[in-house]
Amino acid sequence: MKGYNFAYLDEQTKRMIRRALLKAVAIPGHQVPFGSREMPLPYGWGTGGIQVTASILGGNDVLKVIDQGADDTTNAVSIRRFFARTAGVATTTRTAEATVIQTRHRIPEQRLREDQIIVYQVPQPEPLFRLEPSRIETRRMHSLADYGLMHVKLYEDIARFGQISISYDYPVLVNQRYLMSPSPIPAFDNPKMDMMPALQLFGAGREKRIYAIPPWTRVRSLDFDDHPFRAINAPRPCGLCGARDAYLDEVVTDDRGGRLFVCSDTDHCAERRAAGHMGDDALPEAAE
Amino acid sequence: MTGETLLSARGLSLHFGAIPALVDVAVDLWPGEMLAIVGESGSGKTTLLNVLSGRMAPDAGAVWYRDPAGRLHDVHAMPAPALRTLHRSDWGFVHQDPRQNLRMTVSAGGNVGERLMAQGARHYGDIRAQALDWLAQVEIDGDRIDDLPRTFSGGMLQRLQIARTLVTHPRLVFMDEPTGGLDVSVQARLLDLIRGLVTRLQIAAVLVTHDIAVARLLAHRIAVMQRGRVVETGLTDQVLDDPQHPYTQLLVSSVLNA
Repeated sequence: MKGYNFAYLDEQTKRMIRRALLKAVAIPGHQVPFGSREMPLPYGWGTGGIQVTASILGGNDVLKVIDQGADDTTNAVSIRRFFARTAGVATTTRTAEATVIQTRHRIPEQRLREDQIIVYQVPQPEPLFRLEPSRIETRRMHSLADYGLMHVKLYEDIARFGQISISYDYPVLVNQRYLMSPSPIPAFDNPKMDMMPALQLFGAGREKRIYAIPPWTRVRSLDFDDHPFRAINAPRPCGLCGARDAYLDEVVTDDRGGRLFVCSDTDHCAERRAAGHMGDDALPEAAE
Repeated sequence: MTGETLLSARGLSLHFGAIPALVDVAVDLWPGEMLAIVGESGSGKTTLLNVLSGRMAPDAGAVWYRDPAGRLHDVHAMPAPALRTLHRSDWGFVHQDPRQNLRMTVSAGGNVGERLMAQGARHYGDIRAQALDWLAQVEIDGDRIDDLPRTFSGGMLQRLQIARTLVTHPRLVFMDEPTGGLDVSVQARLLDLIRGLVTRLQIAAVLVTHDIAVARLLAHRIAVMQRGRVVETGLTDQVLDDPQHPYTQLLVSSVLNA
């Protein structure tokens, strides 16, 4: 695009972000500060993820952008179009074809490969922020690996609700050292982060932090020995493709209590339907 | 007193601008012993407690702590992680205002369990059983385990703070006016409780108080402070029954039935 550098950001900024990324990869789960730039969209719409994506995109990359698992929501469409215009890179909705996947709130159902990079948009990088208001104190807790407080939160959940009630942004311990917020992905997706072959990068634009998980790194969801971590999902198959192992969205279909459970990962659902799988609620024409 | 000290300080000095808060203070504490620091307000008692516990650095002097393996550590030269580990395992700190120590948005059980979890306890059932046990030891009804501290009375809060501090079986506890701000009957019960726990668990304690009666009831030894100096020190009964220093005489004579 004329008048703009490749992928919008200037080269100095990209270099600064790449330096932060290198440091983040070297210390898995540690939050690295960076000079977050003003982007042509508001904070909370993925400015951190976009800056990270802009810094790692090359001319031959194929970009996929998802928002809550879907390729066709406003946020995903806008960001995909933004990079198609400013970088001229190829875009796709197919997980297997992408080399860079920018995501908000989901990890694709399909297992990622070593030659792929997943970039998460992060609203709040500090996993302890609801428990300890002082950033000086949380930084000290990270440096001393003093994470008893996070377990106090889990203890409180069990005491009050009989189970750990965190359904998204479930805290994880990376490489047995740093407590990390996985961004607001459902707890269902947490196990996918463990020993993932792809590089995982996290960008928080408003909070000006970058962190990362290198490929093949241990990521453990916090729990108690007698209350182990459980992934929560709707107890039924996808209404369109019949998948039983995918994360489901509940869609209200009318005002008489009608509801439909469908895969939140639209690409996964479409590929399964194309392969001939069909759910109980799928209309014949919807399978096309 | 023979044997090796648990905590000893030599030559502690600290000035706040022109005000001498501590002047050449020396303190020794043996295992299982309770030492009371008494004096009027502004005499440097709390400052001394903060310096002894490593929370505040002195201008001069050193504080030595002997760990369970018998090694001596200079408290103020220790790396921050080591001091923090000490504070959440071997040591405890009881504040005058329990709200400073407790997490008011976390249930009583969570408050008691926090130090256990910070030490790596990862079994919910065990943590809860220990929390229940400690609530019973400080005479708080087990039914209150899931209640928030803000629904507790002042005396209960103080007892909850003590349970939270002692749950990891510390060897040394620092107490800053633990009975301050409580009414007389609650004070008496709390003192009874502290004395029972400290004796049974063989905990050494440094107790700051301006109340001579509290010192008489709890402490083995007493140190009297005036304007940043320790003016008299000795066995509690000896100092209180036969005070040598004019200031101690004044202090003792000013209290009814002490």
